Amino acid sequence: MFKKLALTVAAAVLGAGASFAADFEPVLLYDIGGKFDKSFNEAAYVGAEQFSKETGGSFKDFEPSSETQYEQALKRFARRKADLIVAVGVGYSVAVRNVASQYPDVKFTVIDAIIDLPNVQSITFKENEGSFLVGMIAAMKTESNTVGFIGGMDIPLIRRFEQGYQEGINYIRDDVKLIENYVGTTPSAWNDPIKASEMARGQFARGADIIFSAAGPSGLGVIQAAKDTGKLAIGVDSNQNHVAPGFVLSSMLKRVDLAVHAAMTEAKDGTWAPGHRVMGLAEGGVDYAVDEHNKDLITDEMKAKLEEARAKIVSGEIVVGDVAGSNSGH
Amino acid sequence: MAGANKKLPLWAEAGLLPALNLLAAFIVSGLVIWGLGEDPFVALSLMIDGAFGFQEAIGYTFYYATNFVFTGLAVSVAYHAGLFNIGGEGQAMIGGLGLTLAVFLVGGDAPLLAILLGIVGAAVFGGAWAFIPAWLQAKRGSHIVITTIMFNFIASALLAYLLVGPLQRPGGQMPESADFPEGVGLSHAHDLFAAIGFSFEESPLNVSALIALACAFAVWFMLNRTRFGYELRVVGKNHSAARFAGIPVARMMIIAMMISGALAGMMGLNEILGEQLRLIGNFTLGYGFVGIAVAFMGRNHPVGIILASILFGALYQGGAELAFEMPNITRDLIVMIQGLVILFAGAMEHLFRDPIEHLFMRLRRKEAV
Repeated sequence: MFKKLALTVAAAVLGAGASFAADFEPVLLYDIGGKFDKSFNEAAYVGAEQFSKETGGSFKDFEPSSETQYEQALKRFARRKADLIVAVGVGYSVAVRNVASQYPDVKFTVIDAIIDLPNVQSITFKENEGSFLVGMIAAMKTESNTVGFIGGMDIPLIRRFEQGYQEGINYIRDDVKLIENYVGTTPSAWNDPIKASEMARGQFARGADIIFSAAGPSGLGVIQAAKDTGKLAIGVDSNQNHVAPGFVLSSMLKRVDLAVHAAMTEAKDGTWAPGHRVMGLAEGGVDYAVDEHNKDLITDEMKAKLEEARAKIVSGEIVVGDVAGSNSGH
Repeated sequence: MAGANKKLPLWAEAGLLPALNLLAAFIVSGLVIWGLGEDPFVALSLMIDGAFGFQEAIGYTFYYATNFVFTGLAVSVAYHAGLFNIGGEGQAMIGGLGLTLAVFLVGGDAPLLAILLGIVGAAVFGGAWAFIPAWLQAKRGSHIVITTIMFNFIASALLAYLLVGPLQRPGGQMPESADFPEGVGLSHAHDLFAAIGFSFEESPLNVSALIALACAFAVWFMLNRTRFGYELRVVGKNHSAARFAGIPVARMMIIAMMISGALAGMMGLNEILGEQLRLIGNFTLGYGFVGIAVAFMGRNHPVGIILASILFGALYQGGAELAFEMPNITRDLIVMIQGLVILFAGAMEHLFRDPIEHLFMRLRRKEAV
């Protein structure tokens, strides 16, 4: 038995050694929400999948079970000289800064945080611009003149979603009331759909008929509450229209998939460069989602207004307000 | 326990039974892994290799084990006094807070003093957090299980409040404190090995592993070689007898809980002062609860606790390594494997104990005939 085990161990070690051939293999590290959260992390996964389909190569990924594993995961792959380490989420900012300065010859791409190091590429999004558009949708659609916002963890980054949402509502009309709640102040707020669902029920009971949730996996609770009460939710990050067809008005797309895909492709082609890149409406980094699940909810008239606003934002005629410090954290 | 010892020889008690329990846990996990379409033997070999196969892995395994030694000892000291301390989690959090406050109070001008005061701060804060439930139990009869678990929630809320408020890193968004001043931190094993001319791969293993061993020895010495420890065990065995023998029961209970809390609080030495070098909102990660399993698996004996800690350290590190290597195996499955080990080794130990005792009794009877 033991001999057999030893052989298996040896085979596994040798096998692992063989698979470490020179093939380009990037690494993707999710944040606490986990891989298949139908939202932020899943968008990152989709981007990496796309990359591996196009190139026929593979990638490694890891779901940390806690924030303390961020640094362990980063160090582990950095020590093994990974070709590129993509870390998604503002929670990685300190960990990436620490590990990237310790391993200056390893490339890092971090999403949602800005790390000023020569081997780190930082990608952030103008979530306020995308939220502006879904705010307009909410204001055009509401019948009760009250809409809701549910944020995940109460940090400047999520306040930026709310800021854009509020401005988008006001762009359409001034008499719509906005109710806001945040699930919590710690990272566990991303992973608490039950609490988010209770908050959504509370907002619906107070008269809201549309709720935009920027809360990662917790947002699934908001969508569930909308479905249960026959109201509407607006999804976030990934296209969540399919989660409850007919009850998701639209989704504020944050194209983490594009960012991950671009970083991996560039690293493979040798065009990867450190520095800070912002992806807004103009760059196709954020958008609102229309598909077969919600096409009956978004009228052509609404679409025309949205496209008009999009053009104005891209041209700079409308400047959507931002929140100070929303991408800092180190 | 004494009766069980008579029925089974030591090698069966300390070797055969745990091995059978582990085997059962691995067989069930293997079936699940097989059901997921992965090869359970490859998974097992990845896990063993990931825990002990190379220096870095060994470093991580012992790093995790250090946490469990602290929290396991904490549970066991309270248990010897007849108290079930499930507040190790909260005591560790507050211990980490005490450590952090002491470090920032002293600052980077005197790193050695900051480290020493940090260690004291962790123990004092952890012990103080255990004092309140202990006092309530000893003087007011509030059940320690209820109060300690409540104090876990209070500690967690307090820490979250401080870390998104006064203690938050300037400009930061996450619940974590600013970095400790340069030079304030425990030395790493690889640096120490390098200093004496050996090379050891980099890992978070640090001096607190030695502190944990020293604590284990101190606990053994206190329980078995001092009058205080004897009195403590008498209190744990029988309150009335202890009182009749003139032992101040209430005071002993409070002191035992404070020692327990101090040990739990010192977990922060490893996590915060050893590796993270900043206070993070939920750095305790359930280690306080795993300490309960560790203490019972180690039969509440310091040596047993060290061995059980290494097993759990190996499960944590090997599990992480397995999740790195096998995409089908998610973090939730790792938690399940750990849970199965706890289930078979802790909760269901009679599953194998009773049949084996019968077997040994029958064998002995045959010999006698």
